[in-house]
Amino acid sequence: MRNEARAAALFLAPALAVLGLFFFLPVVAGFALSLTDFDLYTLGDFHALRFVALHNYAAVLRSSLFWTALGNTLYFSLVGGPLTVAVSLGAALLVNARAARFKPLFRTVYFAPVVTTLVAVAVVFRFLYHPRFGAIDRALVGLGLPAIDWLGDPRWAMPAIILLAVWKNFGYNMIIFLAGLQAIPEELYEAARIDGAGAFRQFRHVTLPMLGPTFLFVGIVTAIGYLQLFPEPYVMTYGGPLNRTLSAVMLMYKEGFRWWRMGYASAVAFLLCLVIAAATALQMRWQERR
Amino acid sequence: MRRRAWTVLLHAALVAGGAVTLFPLLWMLSASFMTSGEATTFPPHLVPHAATLEQYRQLFLRLNLGRAFLSSATIAVTTTLFSLLINSMAGYAFARLRFGGRERLFGLLLAALIIPAQVGMLPLFLLMKALHLVNTYWGAILPSLASVLGIFLIRQFMLSVPQELLEAARIEGAGEWRIYRSVVMPLARPVLATLAILTFMTTWNDFMWPLIVLSDQRRYTLPVAMASLVGEHALDIELMMAGAVVTVLPVLVVFLALQRSYIAGLMAGSVKG
Repeated sequence: MRNEARAAALFLAPALAVLGLFFFLPVVAGFALSLTDFDLYTLGDFHALRFVALHNYAAVLRSSLFWTALGNTLYFSLVGGPLTVAVSLGAALLVNARAARFKPLFRTVYFAPVVTTLVAVAVVFRFLYHPRFGAIDRALVGLGLPAIDWLGDPRWAMPAIILLAVWKNFGYNMIIFLAGLQAIPEELYEAARIDGAGAFRQFRHVTLPMLGPTFLFVGIVTAIGYLQLFPEPYVMTYGGPLNRTLSAVMLMYKEGFRWWRMGYASAVAFLLCLVIAAATALQMRWQERR
Repeated sequence: MRRRAWTVLLHAALVAGGAVTLFPLLWMLSASFMTSGEATTFPPHLVPHAATLEQYRQLFLRLNLGRAFLSSATIAVTTTLFSLLINSMAGYAFARLRFGGRERLFGLLLAALIIPAQVGMLPLFLLMKALHLVNTYWGAILPSLASVLGIFLIRQFMLSVPQELLEAARIEGAGEWRIYRSVVMPLARPVLATLAILTFMTTWNDFMWPLIVLSDQRRYTLPVAMASLVGEHALDIELMMAGAVVTVLPVLVVFLALQRSYIAGLMAGSVKG
């Protein structure tokens, strides 16, 4: 028995060392950093470091740029998240339909964007969104609609990024929904049919309630991922036009690694962390209530 | 008759969805074989008039993208190999070795899943700087050598390994390391394969940390190199598409070759890829 505990310590040591040194320690240090005035000068001379208590948080909360970034991030998450989940569920229902053929093929095709490199497909979408040569505007013009300057127009830049995110991510949630759909016992549908329920009412009263836990999982994972929006705007717009696609993580990146205002940037990171925790807790509460 | 119409409609929707999903990838591939400027001519066409490898030649000969490819491969392969070992050891210990505080420790790790990585990135950079690991492959590799998700995935699998099997090996006098190597690891092959693909893809596609820790162009990974090329070659559509192909193709090929165990692993563990 004691032998086993000693073996366990040895088996766990490498993983705990890596996680402790490169994850837990930095997270704790990040909080400490957010209470200091660490900036470019401190980077050269550590003795210049001063404790400033919650001053950074106050400064962040007073900055209109932070609220812009947070607003953009919430816009992306609150519109893009539900849209992604809806498309995922739609795709899962199509692929899972009893009459559907070539299911593995469609499943693979829909899943392919998930494994692609975000930076590379963001570059591809940059050109698909080109107002003159991009395929999307050509299609719009072909349909008799006006062309849109997707990434140059402050109103359309965020929707453009949302569409990319939906395309990139719906396949992942689709797989989770497929697992959820296949776990619903067939008898429930039979009972519903005997009670005279049509396809829509079966969906409403059997499928949706039975997918409850799946919705919770998909919702939480999507929200956590979307609130950390970064590579898409970095590659496609660099936060522009007019800061309309500047996300919270991007603000943290610019403040911390472009201007080396690391205390300030850490405060941004922790405020985002609070938003993510709140989004997770809210969804759990909401699921419990139903 | 109604059923038939429904079936046709269903497949029309499936095919339309597939076309929309594949279009960006197919266009990327097609444009990468065009001559410079061809993607921006009127009337528009989707297929190159005369396919050429000119863009790829430029990428590798003039822009040294081969170096970024090697960086990406080195980092992704090293991370995958070492993290398989480290995560599987920890996952095994959490599932099958008895020690005090086991569940509490595991719960603590799981709770860490909701903390976004960015929160620690600023101090992590300072730590790497202090260790003189900024701008080295190890700086990019070390933080990914253990992951809570990986440990979780292995642990769930190991729980299904019968305890009697391990006891039998112990009675025969095998040490814990021997049991892990000769009894447990061979059994765990399927989950190790899943984890290997997951880790490889995550590392290959990773952007933010390599962007921060690798500041020297000669060490850029493919995503970082792509992001910097966009700035300089924003108008060379065909060239950028070739770069995108080089970046995406390896993960896409790995996925297509091993997708069954990959998707099965996702469904079983419901882990983010």
